[in-house]
Amino acid sequence: MGRRVFLGTLGLGALGVLAAPALQRGTEAFLGGAADRDPTGLTGLLPNGGGFRYYSVTSSVPHKDAGNYRLTVDGLVDRPATYTLAGLRALPQTRMVRDVQCVTGWRVPGTPFEGVRLSELLDAAGVRSSAGAVRFTCFDGAYSESLTLEQARRADVLVALRMQDEDLGHSHGGPVRLYVAPMYFYKSAKWLSGITVTDEVRPGYWEERGYDVDAWVGRSNGRDDEPTT
Amino acid sequence: MNPPPEPERPAQPRQLPTHLRRFSTAERWAHRATALLAGVCVLTAACLYLPQLAQLVGRRALVVTVHQWTGAALPVPVLAALGSRALRADLGLLNRFGPHDRQWLRAVLRRDKRPSARPAHKFNAGQKLYAAWAAGATLVMLGTGLMMWFTHLTPLVWRTAATFVHDWLALTLGIVLAGHIGMAMGDPEARRGMRTGSVTRAWAEREHPLWQPEAEETRQPHRTPEPR
Repeated sequence: MGRRVFLGTLGLGALGVLAAPALQRGTEAFLGGAADRDPTGLTGLLPNGGGFRYYSVTSSVPHKDAGNYRLTVDGLVDRPATYTLAGLRALPQTRMVRDVQCVTGWRVPGTPFEGVRLSELLDAAGVRSSAGAVRFTCFDGAYSESLTLEQARRADVLVALRMQDEDLGHSHGGPVRLYVAPMYFYKSAKWLSGITVTDEVRPGYWEERGYDVDAWVGRSNGRDDEPTT
Repeated sequence: MNPPPEPERPAQPRQLPTHLRRFSTAERWAHRATALLAGVCVLTAACLYLPQLAQLVGRRALVVTVHQWTGAALPVPVLAALGSRALRADLGLLNRFGPHDRQWLRAVLRRDKRPSARPAHKFNAGQKLYAAWAAGATLVMLGTGLMMWFTHLTPLVWRTAATFVHDWLALTLGIVLAGHIGMAMGDPEARRGMRTGSVTRAWAEREHPLWQPEAEETRQPHRTPEPR
């Protein structure tokens, strides 16, 4: 009898894996609806409860604000530059509304991001002809990312200052993060502090740990999610 | 804790020991090691999953590695202790359900708290269900966890499905595990049994009246069958 309970649990687990796609659609629809009417926020703690999840690779991240935030642009450029938050805000802003897709599976639909096109900062710095890629570093002291120059010049790649029509908060990578709309969200480095133009792509933090460098949503990392752009 | 006196049983034919042996050394170490690994698993899971803890702890790559290895090691203590005859005998007892177990479960459903309404052998029906379910659930967690860990082993649909099962079963296991710990917190003598290996006779006669290890030892030295 005990053996039957044991084997039954195993069987239910296997059945759960088989039935998961259907079950998941059901729970997502139900919890998504419940979360809209849940003042306690407890639904956010349930699996597939919707919304963003916080991932950081370091133990703590310093807080930066308009007073001490700096973004440097250097490397293979003619005019290296350092921007303050006010300096970035003074540049032309672009607003985009796209889905956010994480490589671990969660997706946040229709999320507005707003900021300066990366191509604008690159043009202002004067990229040299020998350059082929852009490397991004972060003030958490550990995270890094990179894009080819061609990817970095896309119109849907932003140095984002606002998300969901609010200034970027610290837990979402504020005051400034990268936003690479067509790629999995690990490419959108939080707490962006450095843009360095390089000759070739250097794999970033998660990419050294097995994730794809060219992280197009739906066409990389063995996943087939619906593209975000 | 001092064993309480037993004035209601003055006419013993011989002086019975006041304590009964409940768990062997191997069983207790297997329990300790499993509890430690499970604790680390739950804590690291919480740090990966709950946004508040994730923000507090960070270090995602390290926490993931610790979670994966403690999870993979979780069945090892029990498997290693299978060499112990005492553990194998107890697994046999956990596997067998008798009519008294049905009575025990009915009493729980009726919220009948009288010991006489809840007859039990060495393990009561709740402990038997918990043991079997927890063992099965742990292996499901292990299987789905390995599918998420070694991403090239299975296609994406399976991996997403494994994540779904892993997430929801983790929540269920967390609640059941809290129940397990809560029950132990409520019964110091049961905890003493797992800590020192023996329990007082009075406790055993109240909580597990059908469990008579001495009588069974004299009848059959190598087996302790449960009455049906």
